[in-house]
Parts: sequence; structure tokens; C-alpha cells
Amino acid sequence: MTDLTDLGLKAIRGGVAAGDFTAREVAQAHNDAVAAAAELNAFIVTTPEHALAAADKVDAARAAGEELGPMAGVPIGMKDLFATKGVQSTAASHILEGFVPPYESTVSQKLWDAGAGMLGKLNMDQFAMGSSNETSYFGNVASPWKKQGSNATLTPGGSSGGSSAAVAARLCPAATGTDTGGSIRQPAAITGITGIKPTYGRCSRWGIVAFASSLDQAGPMARSVEDCAIMLGAMAGFDPKDSTSIDAPVPDWAGLLDADLTGKTVGIPREYRMDGMDAEIDASWEQGKAWLKDAGATVVDVSLPHTKYALPAYYIIAPAEASSNLARYDGVRYGLRDLPDGAGLQDMYAATRSAGFGDEVKRRILIGTYVLSAGFYDAYYTQAQKVRTLVQKDFMDAFEQCDVILAPTTPNAAFALGEMTDDPLAMYLNDVFSVPASLAGLPAMSVPATLNKDGLPLGLQIVGRPMDEQGVLNAGLAIEQRAGFTAQPEKWW
Amino acid sequence: MSNYRVQGATGEWEVVIGLEVHAQVTSNAKLFSGASTAFGAEPNTQVSLVDAAMPGMLPVPNRECIRQAVRTGMAIEAQINAWSRFDRKNYFYADLPQGYQISQLYHPIVGEGQLVIEADEKAGIPEDKVIGIERIHVEQDAGKLMHDQHPTMSYVDLNRTGVALMEIVSRPDMTSPAEAGAYIRKLRAILRYVGSCDGNMEEGSMRADVNVSVRKVGDTELGTRTETKNVNSVRFVMQAIEHEVQRQIDVLEDGGKIVQETRLFDPGTGTTRSMRSKEDAHDYRYFPDPDLLPLVLEQDFLDECRASLPELPDAKRARYEKELGLTPYNARELTAEVETFARFETLLSVAAKTIGKPEKNVATQVANWSLSVAPGLVKSLGDEADMANATAERQAAILAMQDKGEISGGQAKEIYEIVLKEGREPDEIADTEGLKQVSDTGAIEAAVDDILANNQDKVEQYRGGKDKLFGFFVGQTMKAMQGKANPAVVNQILKDKLG
Repeated sequence: MTDLTDLGLKAIRGGVAAGDFTAREVAQAHNDAVAAAAELNAFIVTTPEHALAAADKVDAARAAGEELGPMAGVPIGMKDLFATKGVQSTAASHILEGFVPPYESTVSQKLWDAGAGMLGKLNMDQFAMGSSNETSYFGNVASPWKKQGSNATLTPGGSSGGSSAAVAARLCPAATGTDTGGSIRQPAAITGITGIKPTYGRCSRWGIVAFASSLDQAGPMARSVEDCAIMLGAMAGFDPKDSTSIDAPVPDWAGLLDADLTGKTVGIPREYRMDGMDAEIDASWEQGKAWLKDAGATVVDVSLPHTKYALPAYYIIAPAEASSNLARYDGVRYGLRDLPDGAGLQDMYAATRSAGFGDEVKRRILIGTYVLSAGFYDAYYTQAQKVRTLVQKDFMDAFEQCDVILAPTTPNAAFALGEMTDDPLAMYLNDVFSVPASLAGLPAMSVPATLNKDGLPLGLQIVGRPMDEQGVLNAGLAIEQRAGFTAQPEKWW
Repeated sequence: MSNYRVQGATGEWEVVIGLEVHAQVTSNAKLFSGASTAFGAEPNTQVSLVDAAMPGMLPVPNRECIRQAVRTGMAIEAQINAWSRFDRKNYFYADLPQGYQISQLYHPIVGEGQLVIEADEKAGIPEDKVIGIERIHVEQDAGKLMHDQHPTMSYVDLNRTGVALMEIVSRPDMTSPAEAGAYIRKLRAILRYVGSCDGNMEEGSMRADVNVSVRKVGDTELGTRTETKNVNSVRFVMQAIEHEVQRQIDVLEDGGKIVQETRLFDPGTGTTRSMRSKEDAHDYRYFPDPDLLPLVLEQDFLDECRASLPELPDAKRARYEKELGLTPYNARELTAEVETFARFETLLSVAAKTIGKPEKNVATQVANWSLSVAPGLVKSLGDEADMANATAERQAAILAMQDKGEISGGQAKEIYEIVLKEGREPDEIADTEGLKQVSDTGAIEAAVDDILANNQDKVEQYRGGKDKLFGFFVGQTMKAMQGKANPAVVNQILKDKLG
């Protein structure tokens, strides 16, 4: 029998349905893999009993001849940004350490309803702020990948770094991620897996710890385009509890997958070709164009003229929203409370928040507080919102000429832990290709393209029109079929 | 123009007042969560996950709260903004779980409107006056801190957290405490007519921030204003203004400067004291709430809001005068409160049917009964009166007997007193208790004949020109009839017999 942990989501679902193996066997195999991978630090808490209970339910349903859900028998990892009922949910922060929500996020509930089980809560950058998973209060995640000829521990990307590491290391066939400025796509790209951020509003944000409300979107991370399509279908859908949720039917993305791009036009944004661009990234981008042409698409140059303003605008808008969203962590009602002897309310706030938030979170709260302050608001926040509108307009103009846009996902491959922690701006630049689609609320995905000369994965990014996840997935599938990316990290943990 | 002036040591001062009224929206559920809004529940029993700002919780606007704000805007003839937006007002406090209040700074749901305060000579308001209303926006209320439950700690009750408020911001159009009082009373009446706020100031459903400045008569520049927060009765608003005006004049006349600041009113002493100055004012870092889409009102929704508006105080008052022929005083008194006009209109309708005349022909009688006779009696009876006995049918029956001349005004009161105390039917009371006027001319004639026979001398004097003696004969007749004779009939018979 094949190793169950090598199977993807669809293969597991099919095998369980066909009776090739039981859901319990699958859950057990993955629980074992998780338990054996403590060195990766991908999980903050593991929940083997949750995975087994869900599996038993699926096995019982199958025995009773009941119809099985689209995620039946699939054990997944849950990013710790999602509130999970009865299971600690911390957003990888000290301030929420020990917080056990009495409620389940809409997206996780939909996944459980679809038959999935939970292996554990995945590590991440604290409050989803970071691109390397080094801001977690619970320690960094180690990428399962190593540079050829080096033993340095590499970043799995961020903020969904626990998710990317766990999926790449075969600890789980799929995991949830969230993407605010690239937090699904960047970690997927640098760990050689697939991830999609759907259109803003496709997945409910209810029960997901908020970072930047106007940007946050949940999405799946898995090892194939089709697995992502299946899982996204289970996660998406209108939720009356989220005012920004889109009231539209969820298409059968997996069923409608089609890698034939005849008649489709792919746009190549010229502003993404930056000075000093990594030659291998550039080469993979050229390769991507060739693959899409081969799939029948026409490739054209397009212009997204405000691209260079996107990253600065993002680093105003996201911290502004975060500074307000994180005000609720004040020690009054739940989570950490640091109440020094004789302290008043202000002292308690100061002590609690000083102890409870990490440096990067504090940095963004400070930036956000600053840009919203009287006298600075118009110069920063209002200006950034204008840029955001222009970036959106850029994309809409480009989509007059093309159906999807192809670009690199990241400006570089995985870097070593500690390499960028002293230079927050260099770290922020990691999001330069992913942020524009976030600002515009567009569906965007990363698919593995190739390995670089160091043996590290590089990803390609596809951005689509609002609500056109299908177009994005189809182009992703065309690349996946031609890239034939089968590389896996060598097990060292 | 108000003629309100305050004499200072250096001359006469005039006053400029603007009010921001916070009115709790009448709704079963909070502005952005499904939690209940009932007053007086045990602490922290009406708190949803959203109200407690648990991680990942999101606000969803409550349609009914929006509807009430729109209807209120329509009632003050205001611009309704079909596109509005919610903003976050950021500050830290233990009664504010989110760390921000969801409000509307930049794009309020209701724009420019107005209301009219009525002339009131006694209060120094010589004529009707239009008070401008700048805007109404909706926002969340905060929770409540309790400092008296523990020696060293404060407790937080989140029941009120997230309850919908309308902030109704007036123009600085008021120039005396009386105008401010009249404005609040009128606004309260409109809110209660519309049903968008119960106007209960004691329970905190309505409270006002009072902006006051003074300037020398003749000055055109506005003085520096102060804002006195959370004043919760009409009387206190007027007191706060009076105190603040005097304080500001004293400061200015002593050569000082008014500091733009937030002040607190102390109901115990009727004074205000400084809370924080502009320099310590919070920077609220307002920005559009990214959890909420702009609020777009569809035409159907607006149409429904307008169609559901009741007749409003000004229109009702005009109708009472014009169609019911009531005096301006009666019309104003009857329309001032929802309960008053509701009771009046019910009684008017039942009384008109019982008496068998058009409403306009009995309106004055019903108005006098409703405003003066009935309330006076109820007040004098105190606890002895059971208001459950005071049905419109019983009151109408009394009014009908009076209309037909079967009972006198005094008898009507006596009957109503028994109704209130015992809940019996007026007809039965009139019969059983002998509370009916005698209009039987035979009985009255017999009594008159007796009296004339026994007072021959006075009859002579009367016939000799001493007209004043007519009252003596009436009195004697009424006495003989034990007060139950119909005075009109008595008069007529006496006139006939005395020639």
C-alpha cells in the first residue's frame, strides 16, 4: 500500500469512498506524521482526537451508505488564526495564549461539515503579520526544504508558514491559510505547494482573528490545483454574519477545471519586471509564459502603472486597520492580563499589551496609529486609499485586454531564518508581487514552477478577474500539467 | 428672537446654545448584534460574542435601527442620505470592548433638518422659532462601569454595549435655557410620535451634550464654547446652561479666557466642572470601518419609512385647531405627549359615537374633560384611583349624560370619582346614587310655587325692579331640589312664574 501521507486530498477522499482504506487509517497516519515532525514546529497544538473523531464519523457514514461530503475522510491542518470551538486559538500570540473560543469560525465549520478532520492548529506569524513565520510567539516554523549543500534552517514563508511547511512535509494533504498581502501565495511558492486566495468576500471572515479586515481572505493550501479547487469549494459561500461576504453561488470549481486555454489571453504586467530581478525568477516567469502559450493561450503585455505604489499603500492600510482591530486585546475580558500591583486601567493596558504583543505586531500598531492620527490621516490613509482605487483600476483596465495575469509570486526563493529579521523593509518587499492583487481584492494563486539552482522551489502567480476563480484555477492547472513539479523536500526531521 | 440677556458687571451678555442629543433607538436588538436591548436586566446577560468583541467577531447592521433613524430624519424634514458609511472612533476604555465605537463621522445617514419650538410668552419665547438640525448619525452605545461593587476594582456591565443610538446634532440656534428646554421637549415628542426612541431620560434613553458660549450683546463673533456631557433631564439641561453662562461671564469679566473643554454636570449642586480640556482631548483616529460596507438605502425602503410615519405634533396641533375648533392652548397641551393625544383621540371617537354628534361638535367638551376635569380628579384621588377603571366608554357615558343635561358638571365629577374608585358603570351610579339632575318640570314647578308662596315679600321686591333677587330664587329652588335640578330648567320656570 502507498504511504497514506503521500496522497493528496482527492486521492484520500476517493480511497476512503472506495474502501481502499478507512478514514481512521488516514487520520492515524497523519497524526503519526505530525507527531514525528515536532522539529518543524508547524503546529502550535495538535488535535489527534479531533482528526480521529471526524474520521470515525466518515467511516460510519460510509458503512451506513450515506452520501459523503466533499472533504470526507481528509485530515487537514487549521491555521491558528481560525477560532476553533474548544481548541486553543491564539493567532500565534502570547496575548491570546490559552484562549479557547466557545465558537467555531464559519470556514472551519464548513470544512468539518464537509467531512474534514483537524490534525491541529498551525503555527503562523503572530496575528498574520510577517513573511517568514519568525514573528510567532511559539517559535519559528522550519521549512522542510534545505538549500543544496547547506544545513541552514530556511523559512517556510509567512504568514501561513505552518500551513506551507505541514503540507510540503506531508504532515497533512491540505491546510487552511489566510492571505492579507500574500500570506497564502508566498509561503506556498517557497515551499513548492499550491495555494489560492479567492476573491475578497468569497470566504466568510467570521471567526477569523482579524488582521486587516478589508484585505483578509481565507483560502486553501494543498499539493495540487485540483485539491485546492475542491477545498475552496468547501470553504467558500455567503455568510450573513459577515457583512462583506459576497452573496453569490459557489461554482463547482473542481468539476469545471479545464486546462485548455484556447481563446484565453494571458497578460504579462510590464511593471512587475523590476531592476535587479533575480534571474532565475525571471526565467521561471518566461517558462510560465511558454507553458500557457502551449496550453492555447495568447500572451500579451499589459500595464499596471501604479504597481510601485501598491506596497507602500498596503503598508499604510493594513497597519491602520490592524491598529484598530487589535485594540480589543486589552486584558479586560479574555486572554492575557498583566495587572501590576496597584495598577490602574491605563497601567493594565500598557503592561498587558507590552507583554502580549511581539515586536512586529507592535511595529504595525504604531505605524497604523500614526497614519490615522489627526494631521496625518489625509497625507497617509486617504492617500493610500486613493492609490488602492488606482491599483484596482489598473487591474480592471488590464482585464479589458486579458483574462488572467501571470507574474512571479515572490521576488526570491526561501531565505534562511534570521536573514531578514533586522531589516523589516526588506522583509516587506517579499510581498511586492502579491500585494497588488490583495489591494484589488482579486483571486490569485501560486503554483509551483521549478526548483532554482539551490534546489529550492519557485512559484508562479496567476491573478484573475473578480469572482473568476475558475479562470485562475484553469491557468494554474495548465502550468501544473506542464511544470510536472514533483520535487519533495528530503526528510530530515 | 429670544430676549434672554444676562446682566454682567460690564454690560449685557447673550448666549449661544447647541445641543447634541443621544437618543437610544427603540429596537429589540442592538445595532450590530442580535443581543437584546431590554433595560434593567442582570449585568452581562445581554451580551453577544460581537458585543464582547471576541476575536474574529463581525458587526452586521440591524435593519430596524437604520429604519428608525431614517424615519426620525424624515420627521424633522431632513435630507436622508441614501449612501452613508460607518466609521470607527478609536479609544481605549474598559466599557468599550472593541477599543472603538462604530459611528458615522464623515457620511451620516441623515443630513440637514429642522424643528419648530412654539412661542411661549411666559418662558420668554415670543414667537415660534425654527431650530436647525445639522445631522443625525447612528452609533453604538458603550457599556457601563460600576465602581461601587468592590473596594479596589471596577466592574463592567456590557448589557448596554452596542445598543443603537441616534446622535441628533442641532445648530447653535438656541439663545436661552428656555429655548433649549423647549427644543428637547419638542424633539422628545417627535421621537416618541415616530416611535424611534422612548424618550425616557431617567433610564438614560435620551441624554444631551450641551454646547454653550456667551458674547456681548451686539458682538457677531461666537465666543469659545464648552461642552457639558451627558445631561439627562430637561431641567438639568436648563440648569447646566444657566450655570455655565454665569461661570463663563464671570471668567470673562474677570479678564480670563474660556477654555474649550468638556465639562460634567453635577445634578446635586446644579453646577458644571471641568472633565478634560482640548489639549487632553482624545485623537479618535476615525476611519471607515472595514468590516462594514457603505449603507445604501433602496427607494422601496425609503418609501416604506415615509409611509409608516404617523401624523406629527405640528400637523396634529394645526388639525386640532382647524378641524376640531380647539383653542391653541388646548391643541398644544393635547399634542405635547403621545399618551395625551392617544387618550384624547380614543375618548373623542367613543364620546362622539355615544353622544351621537360629529367629533368636532364634542371636541371642546372632550378636550376640557381630558386636560382639566379628569386629570384634576385623578390627582386629588391619588392612590384611591384605579386607572384601569377609567375606560373611554365610561368617560364617554359621563360626557353623554352631561351633554344631554342629565347631570351637572359637579355630578359628572362625582360620578367619575366613583368610577375611578370602584369601577362601576356611570349610568348605574347616576341612578343608584341619585346623581341626576331633575329636568321634570312638574317637580320643579311645585318647588318653585312653594318658594314663591313662602317669600311673597321678595317676589314683590323682585317685581319692583330688584333683579338681583333672581339668584336668591334659583338658590332656594336648587336647595329644595337638593341640588339635582337642571339649572336651565329652573331658570326658565322661575322667569316664567316671576313674569
